[in-house]
Amino acid sequence: MIIRTQNLTKTYRVGVERIHALRDVDLDIEPNDFVAIMGSSGSGKSTLMNILGCLDQPTSGKYILNGRDTSGLNARELAHVRNEQIGFVFQSFELLPRMSAQKNVELPLIYAKTSWLTRRRKARKALERVGLKARVTHHPNQLSGGEKQRVAIARAILNDPAILLADEPTGNLDSATTKELMGLIKELHAEGQTIIVVTHEADVAAMCHRTIVLKDGQIDSDVRHADAVSSNGQGISPKQVGSVSGSKAEDASPC
Amino acid sequence: MLNPLFYIQAIFLALGQIWVNKTRAFLTALGIIIGVAAITAVIAALSGLKTWILDEFNTFGASKLFILHDRPDGRDRSKYPFSLIRMKISELDVLQQHCPSIEILTPITGIGGTIQAGNETMTGVAATGIWPEWHEIESRDLLQGRPISAIDEANARQVCLINDRGIERLKLDKNPTNQYILFKEKRFLIIGVVENKPDNMIQADFGAGGTDVELFMPFSTAVKMQPPVFFFLVTAQIKSPELMEEAAAEVRFALRRARNLKPGEPDTFQAFSLDEVVTQFKAMAAGITAVAGGIVGISLLVGGIGIMNIMLVSVSERTREIGLRKAVGATPAAIMMQFLLEAMTLSIIGGIIGLGIGEALAFGLTLLPDTPQLAAAAVPQWAVIMSFAFCGTVGVVFGMFPAIKAARLNPIDALRHE
Repeated sequence: MIIRTQNLTKTYRVGVERIHALRDVDLDIEPNDFVAIMGSSGSGKSTLMNILGCLDQPTSGKYILNGRDTSGLNARELAHVRNEQIGFVFQSFELLPRMSAQKNVELPLIYAKTSWLTRRRKARKALERVGLKARVTHHPNQLSGGEKQRVAIARAILNDPAILLADEPTGNLDSATTKELMGLIKELHAEGQTIIVVTHEADVAAMCHRTIVLKDGQIDSDVRHADAVSSNGQGISPKQVGSVSGSKAEDASPC
Repeated sequence: MLNPLFYIQAIFLALGQIWVNKTRAFLTALGIIIGVAAITAVIAALSGLKTWILDEFNTFGASKLFILHDRPDGRDRSKYPFSLIRMKISELDVLQQHCPSIEILTPITGIGGTIQAGNETMTGVAATGIWPEWHEIESRDLLQGRPISAIDEANARQVCLINDRGIERLKLDKNPTNQYILFKEKRFLIIGVVENKPDNMIQADFGAGGTDVELFMPFSTAVKMQPPVFFFLVTAQIKSPELMEEAAAEVRFALRRARNLKPGEPDTFQAFSLDEVVTQFKAMAAGITAVAGGIVGISLLVGGIGIMNIMLVSVSERTREIGLRKAVGATPAAIMMQFLLEAMTLSIIGGIIGLGIGEALAFGLTLLPDTPQLAAAAVPQWAVIMSFAFCGTVGVVFGMFPAIKAARLNPIDALRHE
């Protein structure tokens, strides 16, 4: 298992009220899994993603990432775990505007204390991998939305992370670009990368091999389907998912 | 801890940030710039003054010892009246005979009075009674005529020297030698003209005061014009500057014996050299530096608060960047170091600019007309180093709070920040 959670619970206090964002979530993700996490707002999927990404700690329960129990780690240790084990891709790209694509990609290696030459070599290799060899010196404002997200993916895979965690990676992209980008993510999966995609969009989820739907902080359904074809009658078909959150998918406009 | 390359990276990043916000950074650093420029200029001026004073001291005062009466601290006048403790003429012989380190000496006494020459009258002029040795000790140039001689002194002749300024003010002839003037209604023959007191010279001159017209006469002549109990001091030239302490000890021994002071009784006289004047000046300069330093400290404090303010703005503007950096693995320490280095870079750049302005001000001081005292004004090396150290410290102290704030940001909240 690359990810194993046991009784994962997260509660927030809002005033006097206690809100259960996650309740006793047990989740296993195997190496080279390709998982979509879905759910409406307030379902707890953001909280789950934050905990899986070691950005947050559960209130109770266990999270074992790549054989290591992450509970009780302090901020510094969590930073190291993120640096070494997790590649993040965000909806709004999160590229630093005043740095070239290459410098943006190098960022995780700066905190991994990698030498200048290695950083440069690895960053160029990663950019080449995502098809942006000709864009290494471009700044984010000179790149299209799809290109920006490719830079972000290059940054995420640079350190050979245990999991690639993509939070609405196509949320700011048009449908053609979405397809291209999901194509790239699929390629990475084909190369052996474990991938978790948090998404609203049914067609994005449909490209994954497993769809986990959260509802009220619990796993509502967990369906494995090979290449967009539902193989389990009880599970949610891509069409059904689409009917749940299709309106949101349409709202998402490229910017 | 962190890779040294990381620091270089962070400094470049900081320089980039400063470059992007040039105007803001400049205004922020202005407090530091003004503070450093001010202290640099003040220190430069003081060091110029010090150089000048030490030079003057070496030229004119290094081997002079001044001897005069002194009332012991805290003792009342009735026990040590002036008539008892004043220098006496008989003591001049004692000093000459029992102080082998003294080469020559002269008593100096001042008499205030009115000069008349033709239709011109000047009141409040101080005439100075001197021995012929004075000429050798003071090395003032004689422009006309002859110096005061031993015969003048021995016979208490009514002769005098006048300075250039006196000729000017009394509208005397260019060469007034062999003419007569009246001082305190006594006729004096002008025998020579001495140069004006150089105005860039430290003079421990207790005679002239109130006017820069000077009149010199034989000491014996002056004594006749003084009341029985009068004040004079002795200026002695020491054989070499190294013998200063020895000479002072000899004077002390000779005068204590001459005055019959018993062991345990305090000295009723003092012998001091310009050494002490220089020491006093140095103490004063240190005082001024401390006061200026305090004022500049306040300005650096204000500058530091400006830096803190702008760093807080920077942290809040770049919250998402901080979040992203944390997400990709920046430890709290790395984030803190980044912002700390940014604050330090800002304040040190301010320091460099301030130092440049301070150097320019110091150079300007050396160009000021009529102030030979500041001709040697220069920023000493220690002040440069201190400035950098101070700026660095200000950067660390005032950058610390924003940096800690940045380091403590929760990555999730930071990434969600709009």
